[in-house]
Amino acid sequence: MKIDHKIIAATVSRDAKVLDLGCGDGELMELLTNEKNVRAQGIEIDEKAIYKCVEKGLSVFHGDIDTGLREYPDKSFDYVILNQSMQQARKADFVIQESLRVGKRLIIGFPNFAYFKARISLFFKGKTPITKSLPYHWYDTPNLHFLTISDFKIYCREKNITILGAQYLGHKRKVRFWPNMFALNAVFILER
Amino acid sequence: MKDKGVGAVKAEYFTFAEPPHELKLVSGKTLGPITLAYETYGKLNKDKSNAILVEHALSGDAHAAGFHYGDKAPGWWDSMIGPGKALDTDKYFVICSNVIGGCKGSTGPGAVDPKRGKPYALSFPIITIEDMVKAQTHLVDYLGIKKLLCVLGGSMGGMQALQWVASYPERIKSAIPIATAIKHSPQQIAFDEVGRQAVMADPAWNEGNYYDTAKKPERGLAVARMIGHITYMSDKSMEDKFSRKLKDKDYSFSFTADFEVEGYLRYRGDNFVKRFDANSYLYITKAMDYFDLSGGKLLPKVAHAGVKFLVIAFKSDWLYPSYQSQDIVRQLKIRGIDATYCEVKSTYGHDAFLLEIEEETHLIKHFLRRVHEDRS
Repeated sequence: MKIDHKIIAATVSRDAKVLDLGCGDGELMELLTNEKNVRAQGIEIDEKAIYKCVEKGLSVFHGDIDTGLREYPDKSFDYVILNQSMQQARKADFVIQESLRVGKRLIIGFPNFAYFKARISLFFKGKTPITKSLPYHWYDTPNLHFLTISDFKIYCREKNITILGAQYLGHKRKVRFWPNMFALNAVFILER
Repeated sequence: MKDKGVGAVKAEYFTFAEPPHELKLVSGKTLGPITLAYETYGKLNKDKSNAILVEHALSGDAHAAGFHYGDKAPGWWDSMIGPGKALDTDKYFVICSNVIGGCKGSTGPGAVDPKRGKPYALSFPIITIEDMVKAQTHLVDYLGIKKLLCVLGGSMGGMQALQWVASYPERIKSAIPIATAIKHSPQQIAFDEVGRQAVMADPAWNEGNYYDTAKKPERGLAVARMIGHITYMSDKSMEDKFSRKLKDKDYSFSFTADFEVEGYLRYRGDNFVKRFDANSYLYITKAMDYFDLSGGKLLPKVAHAGVKFLVIAFKSDWLYPSYQSQDIVRQLKIRGIDATYCEVKSTYGHDAFLLEIEEETHLIKHFLRRVHEDRS
């Protein structure tokens, strides 16, 4: 099991109503359904991934997450999940705000651009970082936004978003010391 | 792999709404007695929980799968219905009935009005999608089925599936509207109206009274069908299928069909008039034009009956564009209903719902399995 999935599964309460934005092939939704008996709805842009979700018996809407939330009434979900998808949304700020509107809580996971190997790559080699959590070349990356853990904390403060919890992940385990330097990924639990 | 189909089938007939218990129509008029032609495939299980109702499109009929005696071609959705197929007849009991207003065994304008002893023609009342579905509930009752596992169909078939959701949500567990809309758009109404005008402009139409004359309004109906076929394809599928290919070596420098596309449309038009009644074409297209479940009418009940949805659209379908399927999805989101929507990549245009079998099979098979397993 992926470590970020494990953390999210531990965070979500039983029988919750969950919206997974950019749910991919539904791996996380399936885990949450099996382990926490959640009612899960996904939104995903990739057609092939939709077929995989349907194969797993999951509910998924084919569409992009930038426009996919408009119709949902406020607080329709116990949790909205944006795991490794927010950085690929065109309007990241809008998607986060909308997620906080339709969900009571938002779980958001993203790659940390300030990971020390990324810093070394940029500072010493003068090259765009390629790390375990940012594995793409500049020319083939689906990511539109590159942010650090510190950036995100500042963002939450400026936008009056409450951080209920944060977990920082290395390759295989959690990172506790100086996360903005040593974490590959972060998972935040937010509330408004 | 050998195509294991449902084999030989034949239509059955169910008559109801005998006077004085005529069916009350949306228009306020009544219709009765009504006969519905229907076919079934597979076996109804003991607790009658495996019944699926397939809804046909404008020119379809009850013959959805298998072969009629002596026929070379199978039913219109044979690739989807049969053992091991999307609608697996080893597991499910599949029903398909001809709509009222139709001309393939169900009561329509070509049927004899028992009061007058001659065909209804234009004295047949205007019917709506709601009326078609209401008539189907009588058939479902007759078959002893309280709750359908699924109602599905493409195009006008999808409208009927949506109408089931709106009118009888407690009687269905799931719905699969395919390449359809919650309301006919002005463009869709416009195409239908051109088709109707083509029929009515044919002198042989004779205000609908042609049943006892030798000459039928075949030219008009053929033109209507030709227009229809253009709207069912896409620019790309026409390019792939015909390009500018000629039937002969060179231009004829006359008004004969030079291009393959012309020959195809003429062939389709001419074939259609052999199997379809011009008045039925008028009635059914009108029913589609009246269809409008917008403004919250799709899901009117506050306590929703828990119907599960699979909504399917096709990328190159410009007659029922995917935004219309997304309208359905928007209604579901507003009501917080979990569902699946897929816009299948296809170049076939509106015809895709009859042709993109692999993708449809994948989506429908797994969706139905989940609905069937869910005993709640």
